[in-house]
Amino acid sequence: MCYDVAIIGAGVIGALTARELSRYKLKTALLEARHDVAMGATKANSAIVHAGFDAMPGTLKASFNVKGCEMMPGVCKELSVPYKNNGSLVVAFSEEEMETVKKLYDRGIANGVPQLSVIGKDELKALEPNLADNVCGALRAESAGIVCPYELTIAATENAVTNGVDCIRDAKVEAIDFADGVFTLKTAAGDIKTKYVIDAAGVHSDDIARMIGDESVEIVVRRGEYFILDKSVGNTVSHTIFQCPTKMGKGILVSPTVDGNLLIGPTAEEIDDKDDVSTTPSGLRDVKTFSVKSCPSVSTRNAITSFSGNRAHPVTDDFILGPSKVNPQFIHASGIESPGLSSAPAIAVYLAKVVTDAIGNVEANESFNGERKEVFRFRHATDEERAAAIARNPAYGRIICRCETVTEGEIIDAIRAPAGARDVDGVKRRTRAGMGRCQGGFCGSKVVEILARELGCEINDITKFGDGSNILFDKTK
Amino acid sequence: MKRDLTCVACPLGCQITVEYEGTEVLSVTGNTCKRGDAYARTEIVNPTRNIASTVKVVGGAHPVVPVKTSAPIPKTMIFDCMKEINKACVNAPVSIGQVIIPDVLGTGVDIVATNID
Amino acid sequence: MMNYDLVVVGGGPAGMAAALKAKECGVESIIILERAETLGGILEQCIHSGFGLTYFGEELSGPEYAARFIEMVEKTDITVKTDAMVLDISESNLVTAVNKKDGLLKIQAKAVVLAMGCRERPRGALEIAGSRCSGIMTAGTAQKYVNLDGYMPGKKVVILGSGDIGLIMARRMTLEGAEVKVVCELMPFSGGLNRNIVQCLNDYNIPLRLSTTVVECHGKDRLEGVTIAQVDDKLQPIESTKEYIECDTLMLSVGLIPENELTKNVGIAIDRVTNGAVVDEMRQTDHKGVFACGNVLHVHDLVDFVTMESQLAGQGAAEYILNGEKETVYVNSTTGNGVRYLVPQRVNIKNGNDVKLYFRVGKIYKNAKVVLECDGEVISSKKKVKLAPGEMENVVIPADVLAKMNENSTIVVRVEE
Repeated sequence: MCYDVAIIGAGVIGALTARELSRYKLKTALLEARHDVAMGATKANSAIVHAGFDAMPGTLKASFNVKGCEMMPGVCKELSVPYKNNGSLVVAFSEEEMETVKKLYDRGIANGVPQLSVIGKDELKALEPNLADNVCGALRAESAGIVCPYELTIAATENAVTNGVDCIRDAKVEAIDFADGVFTLKTAAGDIKTKYVIDAAGVHSDDIARMIGDESVEIVVRRGEYFILDKSVGNTVSHTIFQCPTKMGKGILVSPTVDGNLLIGPTAEEIDDKDDVSTTPSGLRDVKTFSVKSCPSVSTRNAITSFSGNRAHPVTDDFILGPSKVNPQFIHASGIESPGLSSAPAIAVYLAKVVTDAIGNVEANESFNGERKEVFRFRHATDEERAAAIARNPAYGRIICRCETVTEGEIIDAIRAPAGARDVDGVKRRTRAGMGRCQGGFCGSKVVEILARELGCEINDITKFGDGSNILFDKTK
Repeated sequence: MKRDLTCVACPLGCQITVEYEGTEVLSVTGNTCKRGDAYARTEIVNPTRNIASTVKVVGGAHPVVPVKTSAPIPKTMIFDCMKEINKACVNAPVSIGQVIIPDVLGTGVDIVATNID
Repeated sequence: MMNYDLVVVGGGPAGMAAALKAKECGVESIIILERAETLGGILEQCIHSGFGLTYFGEELSGPEYAARFIEMVEKTDITVKTDAMVLDISESNLVTAVNKKDGLLKIQAKAVVLAMGCRERPRGALEIAGSRCSGIMTAGTAQKYVNLDGYMPGKKVVILGSGDIGLIMARRMTLEGAEVKVVCELMPFSGGLNRNIVQCLNDYNIPLRLSTTVVECHGKDRLEGVTIAQVDDKLQPIESTKEYIECDTLMLSVGLIPENELTKNVGIAIDRVTNGAVVDEMRQTDHKGVFACGNVLHVHDLVDFVTMESQLAGQGAAEYILNGEKETVYVNSTTGNGVRYLVPQRVNIKNGNDVKLYFRVGKIYKNAKVVLECDGEVISSKKKVKLAPGEMENVVIPADVLAKMNENSTIVVRVEE
């Protein structure tokens, strides 16, 4: 069997592109090196839908960001994942920074960003009373929003699979051969033949390109560290609060999340080991120091966890999208750093068009259904809905995660879903079990039990996130 | 000879001083109860401990059932005793106090279940 | 909707003792709502002995201690619902709970006893940098895996935190064949009982490193090692003392937090030090008819004291149900030098009985005095050879002292060196 298209990398770009391709009668494979989708930059970023004023006019970043930001609410609605149009503020602490704010405003206007305004201190403090007293003003972007990037990716993957895409996990691509117009991808899950390849491998996209002899992609990995704070301080700010950008990125932000927590970060540090997502004492210290500058009340005493994510920074400073010069059947989707998440819906549409145009005369998939059925969430349900759900399936009456009020039924749903959860972190990302203040202290062992039962294995086979990340060793007796 | 001990007989953890010659205890001070005195004397001559572990259960609700020594065993025998406990296996139902291994290693001490299954 | 005189939230040692006492005092309809599959709470996984010396006069394991109360509950007509999680308590004490069998339960209560216990502080709160690989877990989670599920959660173990759970787990893991490399403690003293240092660490030659913490976790998939470092007097790691220790498991025993999400939702006042409700001597909160006891109120050192406190709460709830509100004149108890908190935080001087105030000190004292002062007058001054943060202390305000007080009176407990 030969696929029409194989997408390498099931991050937000790969998953949304797979979903776009599932609108057509094409055999599409979505390959992921790791044990689950959304394991790279997608699971560890700022979760912001940027308005689109950061990138220089005329860049791919600028155009895809503005388009993606406009598309995001609709995509999230179709996929039944949370999106909140909370707006963003780039805060200035000096007259000099106000100049930067004005420059960003002009850039935004040039990029076609709607609902932009420069506001003064009084208006700013009225919008966000918890900001520091020494703020001068801000750029307000009302079209900006927040999403949950891994939930979006999981939902897009699920929807793509439902519409006929094969999602193959644990399929790290080790080499690529090309003969008679067909690529053979040598993967950990066996050989996969395909006519077209989309390289959406994130920080590894340059390595993948090199496998076909394309040396044009140059990626530098930048690590960003974050803290997630407890929901009790989730309403410290309602907008996403940026500081004025520097060369290394958009600086430390303070933002609510769609789940009601507060997110602070990221740092930006260039690193050599692409897969090293360790946090560092100095990085975490920087996040603390700089977030307090925006909001003095922010305290990591309320931290429930910290994490870091690696962003694929292209040395060209712009997205790399489109056919390779070495082989036009190999399509780049590289260097997707910020505003990559914001741009993702638009990039997906673009990549699908590149492929379908190249193949030519592609028929529509008539059974395509872009709507993903809403997942039952006990914590969001009314008492009536809860009672009805338990009557339907008693497993919705057993609370597993106390902090986030997640039921056994929801965990089972997450495991049985298309491209469903297979490890503890996969359950966590799909249901939020273990994401609350106790961080899985109580529910972790129960989630392990449910996974083992559903997957038909022993509990010591269950991992945190695949590979050798097993939770338990042998039986004691 | 003089030795300072922390009593483990109860959560109070009294600081006890024992004076002794060879295996003969001359005096015990610092203890606040008789158990402390007894603990100190044993500790000098032949220290003993209670241990708790689990034993494999067949046909029960749980894979293992908790067990303990019915009386303290010599400290030097703890790991040998663990070997015996690890070898043992019991069929459900199990009741609290049920003897799982009688007279473990000839100590006169039983390994007993401390929960039901 | 169902009606019960008393709803007890939690079927661990606190909930069972409160329910039994209320029954004994004449309350007719009582229901215990327990979120686990069985009664007993955390005691079910505490298979070591050391429980019950004060209350039963003999040393029992956790399951044995729990079994005695479970048996007593079973002999009464107290209704028990297990696997039942309480979701909400309303202003008027309407309790909403859920389980598989009954679905959503709505129970109107005359009084409620909160006995939800506590949870362990997780890694996130500690800011330990490094990898988020597997092999990092709380000591309690590890205890469940090894004692109830029968699986080894690690083979080469570092334990951070020398509270009793950490010490107990050092011994448990050693007995089951693991190598416990070191127990690190951030503070210059252990938070655990002295006897546990002797019988859990010293007996097995496990080193205890005081003023030492874990600063970084290493490992891609499973933990491969940790970096530990000594801390200065501001508890900040000292760079030059960093040391790598190879291990596959890091167990955290770094504090317990009362589980008061429900309590906070009801709007009950919380003590910032105990993280539990503010209560009076019968353990009634500032929400009428809602009582709290056990580790949800303040973290106890011994379960025996949990039982005794919960009996007070059960009695208080019974009096409230049977006799209605009492005449109350409250006087706050105030922490003086060296005392971190006091429970109860306020005392009804019309109570008519002796009132015991429980407290913990902030550091280790040797040959110090615990002084109780009421209205500026020293009521008692008790000499103590040793006072440690790991151990709960208490002082008693005699009934006759309380009887002489008025609403402007003061109660202070302090440590004199």
